[in-house]
Amino acid sequence: MTHRFRDLLALEPLTADALGFLLDQSKPFQEIQKHPLKKLATLRGKTVALAFFETSTRTRISFGTAASRLGADTMNLQAEASSLKKGETLLDTVFNLNAMKPDCLVMRHAASGAPHYVARHLDIPVVNAGDGTHEHPSQGLLDALTIRDRLGTIKNLNVTILGDILHSRVARSNIHLLGKFGCRFTLCGPAMWVPRELEKIAPGTAIRCLYRIEEALEGADVIMMLRVQTERLDDPPLSANDYILLYQLNAERLGRASREAIVLHPGPINRGIEITPEVADGPQSCVLEQVTNGVAVRMAILYLLASGATETDTHPALQVKPKESANASD
Amino acid sequence: MLLIKNGRVVDPASKTDAALDVLLDGEKIREVGAAGKISAPQDAEIFDASGLIVAPGFIDIHVHLREPGQESSETIETGTRAAARGGFTAVCCMPNTKPVNDNASVTRFILDRAKIAGGVRVWPMGAASVGSKGEAIAEIAGMKEAGIVGVSDDGKPIATAKLARQVMDYCRSLDLPVIEHAEDVSLAAGAVMREGVTSTRLGLRGMPAAAESVCVARDVQLAELTGARLHIAHLSAKASLEQVRWAKSRGLRVTCEATPHHFTLIDEDVEYDSRFKMNPPLAAREDREALLAGLADGTVDAIATDHAPHEPALKDVEFDRAPFGILGFETALALALEQLVHSGRLSLMRMVELFTSGPARILGIESKIAAGQAANLTIFSLDDSWTYDVKESPSKSRNSPFDGRTFKGAPVATIVAGRVIYQR
Repeated sequence: MTHRFRDLLALEPLTADALGFLLDQSKPFQEIQKHPLKKLATLRGKTVALAFFETSTRTRISFGTAASRLGADTMNLQAEASSLKKGETLLDTVFNLNAMKPDCLVMRHAASGAPHYVARHLDIPVVNAGDGTHEHPSQGLLDALTIRDRLGTIKNLNVTILGDILHSRVARSNIHLLGKFGCRFTLCGPAMWVPRELEKIAPGTAIRCLYRIEEALEGADVIMMLRVQTERLDDPPLSANDYILLYQLNAERLGRASREAIVLHPGPINRGIEITPEVADGPQSCVLEQVTNGVAVRMAILYLLASGATETDTHPALQVKPKESANASD
Repeated sequence: MLLIKNGRVVDPASKTDAALDVLLDGEKIREVGAAGKISAPQDAEIFDASGLIVAPGFIDIHVHLREPGQESSETIETGTRAAARGGFTAVCCMPNTKPVNDNASVTRFILDRAKIAGGVRVWPMGAASVGSKGEAIAEIAGMKEAGIVGVSDDGKPIATAKLARQVMDYCRSLDLPVIEHAEDVSLAAGAVMREGVTSTRLGLRGMPAAAESVCVARDVQLAELTGARLHIAHLSAKASLEQVRWAKSRGLRVTCEATPHHFTLIDEDVEYDSRFKMNPPLAAREDREALLAGLADGTVDAIATDHAPHEPALKDVEFDRAPFGILGFETALALALEQLVHSGRLSLMRMVELFTSGPARILGIESKIAAGQAANLTIFSLDDSWTYDVKESPSKSRNSPFDGRTFKGAPVATIVAGRVIYQR
């Protein structure tokens, strides 16, 4: 089934069908990453504006790489170089970018909902590359793709997310995506970062908050680590030693999860804090696959939104076999 | 003279709900009598109030007129014109202007400006502390002489329990109410909405209900200690209401107000739209239920709008960056009718009380339709259908979440000192 996306602001409002479609669309672009020559001409002549109002390394480079591998040109705006510090409003900045006629705006912003606010005022597609503590849709998609590659399915899994869930946009996007495929969530971390309200943010999805990591890892198929984002918190800090004592993922604790369990981390990793090097570099870790898949997912997103050719199921040049796209039912 | 005939007079102070004519003579009410029985002079003007409610003039005890200092968002003139359209005959403007109304000169400036704005009476609130900074006590006696009707550091609470205690002691001796914006600022730091499932889902920083109720608990105990008249502004949380109920049961002189937006909307209505951002923020479903119960059972003493204009340039930004506050004047009566009267929760009499004798009692004044009383009246319809278009507002700001909402019932005429200052 074909889906049209005007914007990609959040995964929460998307159906399982639409999410499956996005994942299937990413599949051929995953293949491209293995080719010696990775550049397509699909978006030749198109321009993607990358507006990062909050510092970012990997997501910005990933979207930039995705755009260039599709043949698009990019315009880059980074927080440091922006005129926001000169008193310009977000909307004025975005209107100025838009006046240079990009075909799509990818934006990251420290305020939750900022892309929604911008999208209400723009006629080009807006892609949310992370908004405050709300969502990070492309991360949710690339995580799902990684899980599907490793475990063969994203259905009915036990997913444990560890760390500062309250302030994590990655956690929210994952809950809204995987929850629609029947996954059950266990959220675990210091109680002030794992409020009980989280259990109700996605009606229809089983979510529980636990505070003992040993219990939270029991039977997990997927373990998602979150970095403790000290720079976003104006709360009193928690001692790193206490965090390590209670919540660090080490080999012994990992042993409580299911034998095939995989470990994801959106990066950047604080080695020796939330995760031991042994686990981060171990066979169950998918950290670098996530990064590779990030480019594929973002190529699919940009292709669907910036090409204006959303009527076709897949990119015509990619010759995807029908049985592969049958993954939509996954 | 002005004869208001064929109306239904609803006057909570005298418990009157009857078909009565009212004859105004200059600034006073000359006579109130059975329909058609008043003999008015030949040259008296006639206002036909057939099918309409004639109530004492509405009083809004909590508004922001932004003058002096923030005239790009509102002036005393534009704000009072919007108030008149909302049926208000008197408004109490909060002191958080630039400069803060913390001395008699600023108070006199506000009153002078109100005089030439002509129309709605403006009763200033004075700051409790100098600059509302929570350090030294402001020149409250001087401001009282100049015309303030109460004190408040609104926008924030009186900073410390000790200062609140001193202000209450002092105001008791001056017989002024202390109006408290109840908020524990450490609990509310950085928050942009009420903490709950919605804030968690949206990734917006929330303040717990306790941010308000902790401060209310502090203040009602200080009211007991000092015997002061304490009024809790824009009360939004169930737990706060329980504190007020407790205080009243002990006979303390504690009152509170509720805003139309808090008894209409809840946190679940919040989207990434700064028109839904105010402080206190929209509360939980059970808080709204408690507020509605409190409005019905008498725990809530008044409806106040907390009219808080912010010009579009300030308000039309990311949710996190937008200032708190929404417009209130022109939708207050219609929301009260919708939520309280048409829904069957409150009698019309009780709703009128919340706009008239309720706030009057907090201020220690009278509000009554009777011969010899001031000729301040609000005349409104119960079932006129209309749609609020904020672009038509005389306010300089446009920050209302109720833009485009269709209502039943509206102010038809606002009469101050015998003069019709607004007519629909």
